[in-house]
Amino acid sequence: MTKKGKLANYWAASCGGCEIAVLGINEKILDVANAFDIVLWPVAVDAKIHSIEKMEDKSIDLCLFNGAIRTSEQEYMARLLRAKSKVMVAFGSCAHEGCIPGLANVTNREEIFQTAYHDTPSTDNPEGIRPQTETEVDEGMLYLPVFYDTVKTLGQTIEVDYYLPGCPPEPERIWDSIFAKLEGKLPAPGSVIGAETTVCDDCPRTREEKKITEFKRTWEIIPDPETCLLEQGLVCCGIATRAGCGALCPTVGSPCIGCYGPNEGVEDFGARMMTALASVIDSEDPEEIDRIIHEGIPDPVGTFYRFSLAASQLRRSTLAADGDGEAAASA
Amino acid sequence: MTEKVGVYICHCGSNIAGVVDVEEVAKWAGENLEGVAVSREYKFMCSSLGQELIEDDIKNEGLTRVVVAACSPHLHERTFRRACANAGLNPYLCHMASIREQVSWVVEDNEVATEKAKAMIAGAVNRVQLHEELEPSLVPVNPNTLVVGGGIAGIQASLELADAGYPVYLVEREPSIGGHMAQFDKTFPTLDCAACILTPKMSDVGAHPNINLLSYSEVEEVSGYVGNFSVRIKKKAKYVDEELCTGCGICIEKCPKKVIDDVFEAGMGYRKSIYRPFPQAVPNIPVIDTVSCTYFETGKCKACEIFCPTEAIDFEQQDSYLDIDVGNIILATGYDLFDCKTIPQYGYGRLANVFTSLEFERMCNASGPTEGKIVLRDGVTEPESVAIIHCVGSRDENYNRYCSAICCMSSLKFGHLVVEKTDAEVFSCYIDMRTNQKGYEEFYERLLEEGMNFVRGKVAEVTDAFRLPGEEGKLIVQVEDTLLGIQRRIPVDMVILMAALEPRADAREVGLQFGIACSMEGWFTERHPKLDPVATMTDGIFIAGAAQGPKDIPAVVAQGAAAAARVQGMITKGTVEIEPVVATITEEMCSGCRICNTLCPFNAIEYLEDKEVSYINTALCKGCGTCVAACPAQAISGAHYSNEQIFAEIEGLLYDVISGNGAKAPQVEQEPVPA
Repeated sequence: MTKKGKLANYWAASCGGCEIAVLGINEKILDVANAFDIVLWPVAVDAKIHSIEKMEDKSIDLCLFNGAIRTSEQEYMARLLRAKSKVMVAFGSCAHEGCIPGLANVTNREEIFQTAYHDTPSTDNPEGIRPQTETEVDEGMLYLPVFYDTVKTLGQTIEVDYYLPGCPPEPERIWDSIFAKLEGKLPAPGSVIGAETTVCDDCPRTREEKKITEFKRTWEIIPDPETCLLEQGLVCCGIATRAGCGALCPTVGSPCIGCYGPNEGVEDFGARMMTALASVIDSEDPEEIDRIIHEGIPDPVGTFYRFSLAASQLRRSTLAADGDGEAAASA
Repeated sequence: MTEKVGVYICHCGSNIAGVVDVEEVAKWAGENLEGVAVSREYKFMCSSLGQELIEDDIKNEGLTRVVVAACSPHLHERTFRRACANAGLNPYLCHMASIREQVSWVVEDNEVATEKAKAMIAGAVNRVQLHEELEPSLVPVNPNTLVVGGGIAGIQASLELADAGYPVYLVEREPSIGGHMAQFDKTFPTLDCAACILTPKMSDVGAHPNINLLSYSEVEEVSGYVGNFSVRIKKKAKYVDEELCTGCGICIEKCPKKVIDDVFEAGMGYRKSIYRPFPQAVPNIPVIDTVSCTYFETGKCKACEIFCPTEAIDFEQQDSYLDIDVGNIILATGYDLFDCKTIPQYGYGRLANVFTSLEFERMCNASGPTEGKIVLRDGVTEPESVAIIHCVGSRDENYNRYCSAICCMSSLKFGHLVVEKTDAEVFSCYIDMRTNQKGYEEFYERLLEEGMNFVRGKVAEVTDAFRLPGEEGKLIVQVEDTLLGIQRRIPVDMVILMAALEPRADAREVGLQFGIACSMEGWFTERHPKLDPVATMTDGIFIAGAAQGPKDIPAVVAQGAAAAARVQGMITKGTVEIEPVVATITEEMCSGCRICNTLCPFNAIEYLEDKEVSYINTALCKGCGTCVAACPAQAISGAHYSNEQIFAEIEGLLYDVISGNGAKAPQVEQEPVPA
């Protein structure tokens, strides 16, 4: 290899697992190090943002960006890295679909601050202090990022070249995406790395016609090892989730929770899950159906939109990104 | 978009134009909607002049898409598709916006209606530009027909088809055809003997070279589609060899075991363990009821075998299966009677002399258990007074809301038979008298003259608890006489309950098996209640008789003949067009999760075990979209209802909301935060 490329990893609103997950490719990380100078990787490499700012546009060959966009600082970094990178990959579920941070979209900044800085039992804040974006101290002005009302995906914030789903992505797929860049075989812009079918395709369990009389929580039963988990009443999202993980969870008896996101072409993961499950509830009696749903699925948003709320059709479009919910509501 | 869309707005006389400002809408569509090349309004688009307008524009203006804003597509979609086809445009490139049913008939404010019509048209214009050319496919029609149910409806249908020269398989669950009609004595209003008019038809069926009569048989499996059904029929073991049996009846005579006949005799009479339901049974081959047969119970007896002159008895016989191919299927599965025990206050099953209508039919029948004598449950005493209670289980929100249609006339018939055969006084307790067919009202008048007493009121109770003089030893009918405005207690010797007609207990399963729908009550649903009464939403499956809803014999016979005529039309034409608006599964995207497998109301989805994917038989698919919506992987797409088409339509409908803000949340510029 004549000239080394440049690789950046970055995290925004995420748990950090995606950063670590890159190491899941094991010894192949040495190939990565051979091929790239790593210019940014907060969890592993010391680098400064102002040095990135000084770089020429499009001078980074590949940026693996994980995390959703929830603050102005994260948005700034997303835009900065977009400008500096040739290829921008939304890495992992948070960047892809909003993931767990995106579930905050059922509420807003005011309610989150109220809970975090006032209501939780462990909070001791008699003066009711809340974080401010600007605070004047003797030494000058201190800045904090703006906390947005709405969590957005990376794709809703900047142009993304391709998506690598998963919470976190599986090492094979991570290698695929890096290797694709190395080989110059990039997928079509906007595409998602993974299969065009769902987890059931990789799942070894036997499947029959489905008729569900009761939904069960995972702690309620020890599932039979052979048959489809959904047929046993566990809400397994494998039916709607893009294949690519190798059906790891259902194989070991834990229902798929949908971290790889929807299949190709699907607009809304949760809607797909709900119409599918609604179709196979085995009752004609509206009251019984109501009971089956309410008792078995106490948290529909958390069940069906665990990973995709920010990217779903339930996303709000009127609440302004800067967190000024009031102004938008009156608009 | 490179399509040239023609928009045609129908006045529908004043139906639409009286509410919607059609001139304004036409002008607006022409000026504002992208892709619209021509926008016109016309008094009646469905008239030949209206259709020519479209055809001329397609030819002269080079239209590539057509939107007709008029009535519901249920009414005239075919008309406008044909107009497009006449001008050389694929008919599926035409779309209708329903601005009558969904706008002018339901929106009161003219201005609002005009705005809504614009939105509907904007949606249609958006959508039609994404339409694809679709071609129907042609399949041949097998000339064989399966008729399910050997009552009078099935008999009529079978004979019509067989007489026209087409092969018929007639499947009957019981050992003989004839159905309920064979149990009756007289038929209203002419008082013909039911057997006298029915049995000739039954023997015609038995002897017809074009009819393969499969009695004591049931349909096990149905697959395929219009013109090409495959059916598996289970022939239940009769333990009598049909080839060898001559129907002499010696076995029945010699059989030592007598049991109550709950089916044909409605529990009023007896039959042997080897039996045929009635003397004129077709076929006249008896069957052995293994539940009561001494040989099957104890391993001993074999009286029938010993006496059979042709060695036709075969205790080793097994159920057998017959696979047949047919082009069309007529379901004439009839009805069940309401179980009168469900209404305890009427005393049936508790008070001996409370009879059901079917029990009374059997009693009146000359070949029935009492040889036609009207007597109390003791078998000898002639009643001095009889009360007939109407609407038992019908027109009652606790049981069935519907009217069973035949009971008023049956009651009159019963009244006449009581008057004719006994000296008893007859009371009819009715809610309303419904005698609305040819000759029926005259029959009602005849009974009024014959002295039948009519009490207008719903019976509260039948009891044997006497308290007034003359009530002891009688059944007392407690009823409000609403014409006199008084409560009456009518002491009688005999009570007849006019039981409701109900859908067969297994009607829903049968419906599912054949891929047709049932109403809320369980009656088979016709394609159109007025204009297509014997077809169903599944092509090639027809319905006839009481399986579709309560009706009397003339109506049942008419439906049997009508269904046969529809089938003949299909056979004569020889081929059938399969609608191309169907769902298809993209095999690569299907993970074989099998969510869709049980959903298809037309049984069009099968699971391919070898490929581990689901598959839609497009000939069976009606394009309803159930599976398209349910597929969690979005591996199923519905032609003519693609996501793109639907979203385009929605965006069109919301044109006034979307235009202006660009449908997307405004991007708020963020101050860069110092790093």
